[in-house]
Amino acid sequence: MTPALETRGLNRRFGALEVAGDINFRMEVGARRALIGPNGAGKTTFVNLLTGQLKPSSGSIFLDGSDITGLSADQRVRRGLARTFQLNTLLRGLTVLENVQLAILEHRKEGGLVLFGAHAQDRAAEAAYDLLERLRLDNDALRRVSELPYGRQRLVEVAVALALEPAVLVLDEPAAGVPPADSHRMMDLIDSLPSSMAVLIIEHDMKLVFRFAREITVLVAGRILTEGPPEVIAHDQQVRDVYLGHRKHA
Amino acid sequence: MQGRAHTLAVMRATRRLRVIELLPWLILIGTYFLLPSYLPLATQIIVMILFALSLDLLLGYTGVVTLGHAAYYGVGAYTAGILAVSHWSEPISGLLAATVMAGIVGLVTGYIILRTKGLTLLMLGMAVTLLLEALANHFNSITGGADGLQGIMMPPLLGRFEFDLYGKVGYVYAAVVLFLAWLVCRRLLLAPFGRSLVGIRENPVRMAAIGVPVARRKLVIFTVAAALAGLAGALSAQTNQFVSLNSLSFELSGTVLVVLVLGGAGRLYGAFIGAPIYLIAQDALAKSSPTFWLFWLGLILIGIVMFSRGGVLGIVDLLRRQLAGLFGRGAAKIGEAL
Amino acid sequence: MDIVNLGVGILFDGVAYGMVLYVIAVGLSVTMGLLGIANLAHGVFAMAGGYVALSLMNNAGAPFWVALVASFVAVALFSIVLERLLYRHLYDAGELEQTLLSIGLIFVATAVAHFVFGPLPQRVDIPHAISGQLTFFGETFPTYRAFLIVVGFVLFVGLWLGLDRTMIGARIRAAVDNRSMAQCLGIDTNLLFMLVFAFGSGLAALGGSLGADIIAIAPGYAMEQLVYFLIVVAVGGLGTIRGPFVAALLLGLGDTACKMLVPQFGAFFVYAAVLVVLLLKPAGLFGKA
Repeated sequence: MTPALETRGLNRRFGALEVAGDINFRMEVGARRALIGPNGAGKTTFVNLLTGQLKPSSGSIFLDGSDITGLSADQRVRRGLARTFQLNTLLRGLTVLENVQLAILEHRKEGGLVLFGAHAQDRAAEAAYDLLERLRLDNDALRRVSELPYGRQRLVEVAVALALEPAVLVLDEPAAGVPPADSHRMMDLIDSLPSSMAVLIIEHDMKLVFRFAREITVLVAGRILTEGPPEVIAHDQQVRDVYLGHRKHA
Repeated sequence: MQGRAHTLAVMRATRRLRVIELLPWLILIGTYFLLPSYLPLATQIIVMILFALSLDLLLGYTGVVTLGHAAYYGVGAYTAGILAVSHWSEPISGLLAATVMAGIVGLVTGYIILRTKGLTLLMLGMAVTLLLEALANHFNSITGGADGLQGIMMPPLLGRFEFDLYGKVGYVYAAVVLFLAWLVCRRLLLAPFGRSLVGIRENPVRMAAIGVPVARRKLVIFTVAAALAGLAGALSAQTNQFVSLNSLSFELSGTVLVVLVLGGAGRLYGAFIGAPIYLIAQDALAKSSPTFWLFWLGLILIGIVMFSRGGVLGIVDLLRRQLAGLFGRGAAKIGEAL
Repeated sequence: MDIVNLGVGILFDGVAYGMVLYVIAVGLSVTMGLLGIANLAHGVFAMAGGYVALSLMNNAGAPFWVALVASFVAVALFSIVLERLLYRHLYDAGELEQTLLSIGLIFVATAVAHFVFGPLPQRVDIPHAISGQLTFFGETFPTYRAFLIVVGFVLFVGLWLGLDRTMIGARIRAAVDNRSMAQCLGIDTNLLFMLVFAFGSGLAALGGSLGADIIAIAPGYAMEQLVYFLIVVAVGGLGTIRGPFVAALLLGLGDTACKMLVPQFGAFFVYAAVLVVLLLKPAGLFGKA
């Protein structure tokens, strides 16, 4: 079966510094994959390569079997690959609803409309509201993003990505900055993602990783150290070495 | 708990025409009847409003900072002027031809300029304007060079209305053109396309992440802005029946920027406020003491940057919030897209 | 031969003009690279320097060298005042704000210059020692132009060595590369920037005074010459010392050649060349992408 997302020999160099080295990565349709690794391992770099914010030095990327290596970030989104960012990138001056509405309009290829735009906007607003309701964020629909607590903003960030109905969703540290009181909402949200969607999460929060992931990829110094189901990874000696060397006593 | 119906109603209401938006048109109509001796100045103001409006699309809404917008104004002005002098002087078709011409130049130069950012973009915009100015200066047999393009004779508008000495026909002509342009701009800015421009200004990475073809949209608005600037230039050529090299100058690029910022960029109506203030003040002060005028203009600009980024409209907003606070009506209304 | 004469004349005048542009614009390049501020009003410092020096020489009878030093110091101090009052609030603001501030400053400076000194260009009396002609291989050159070329070259070498070989140079390079990292190393970036800004402005004043013979000091100076300073910086590459040197030379030569060979086109070819260069190398000839 064609993997939902695949990379072959993906490389990225900055001068003599190799930040991604010969990465061969596969993710099946409906996967629940976590990407972990010590700080500076290149996890966000890898995601930036996947979603097009960064161009590889060599290697290729395939989305549902098609080569997307040469495509720009927005082109990849239109093909069904969406992401969230480690630091929120919502449009702060707009309301929650407007942020989601914009995403829906673009997804429906109505974002460039000038004529008949009014109709499309109303329909998109309805769909946006329904999505927010499903995620129990509808109370905040008319609040400006800048007025929301940071943890709530992180949820909206995921909502915007969901509005794009992607086949592959990449979440870059979704729980980062979310206070413990709100993190269960983030976990519920991730639990409720459609089973047909392939989801890749970068995370440091091991609780979330072990709850969510069916498979884990460990990245160290830009290369894949090992991959496998959570129970295996948890007992893998190499992984423990890598982490024990870096992890503060919890 | 806001409720679905309420939320959707608020969203729909953002597009509604508010009563205060009719104010500029009332003033325009009133001027015709109450201040007939000022019509030539008023026509100049209308042209400047249109020009500043075109810059607002690019700078206020999309966030592209350029000092080269006069290039397209000049292309429009000279196109209309040269057509008129060459005996194709039917006004409306001349206007359209000039607009298209400016749009084409905008498309080509925009493609080049928008691939850069920051200082380089600023520089390229300036270079294009200066280049065109040098060209116009060189081909002075066609453009009149430093003396300007003279002898533009406009035949009657629509075959019936003679361009009179008092500028009445010119004024109505300009006002109608502005009205149509305003309709188009307002529609465009409230549509999904226009909303996405604001997003592009605030956070282009975010927009790309929701699938917006950012470069393409920027080029589209650049072309539209250039075409509208050309429309303004052509209008000026036809109503003044004269085109000077100033239409292609770096000075003019700076002037229209100042006008827009004075009124408030990114609010659609900044142009409508900045242009009259600037031109009326200039008319009153610059003649008697140009140095005085320049000095105070510079100070006001510095003041705007340091204290009120949003120009006059920004100050109005501030006042409105203070007043609303006084009357206990709380934060600014959500549904204000403009 | 006439062509050789013409060629040598263009070369000489062009290089001299380029050196003046360099002295003025190098400060802008470093400041923009360092502070990230689009200070379009840099020409104001050059103009102010010119006015100070020429006033001292024409009205107070001060010697040439004294006037130069005085203009450097006065404008450097003045720039510190401006930096404290205005520029420092805009370090994080967008380019629009910085551009507007610069335009506002240009307007105010132009008005003040017009009010205080009148609309006419200032008279320049070159000191006897460096005026007159030099004869070299049968060709004659104005001595002053030769002087300008030497000064520009010396400055270039001095700045290059200064940045490369001294501690303060190292600190500046560190701060340009990575401001927060430099701060972590204990470098007082605020003070450093202020000093660099003042030095760059002082250099502009120097350039304005020295170059008063080539670029006349008049109220419209800052606005009219802005394009040229920006071309030097944009084409040369922000934040470098070498870039503006090469760019200034090219611009000086190109502009002089155009004026002499194809005056009816004005600076058309210069602008076209700038367009081409920036398209091929948006960060400038020596800039970092």
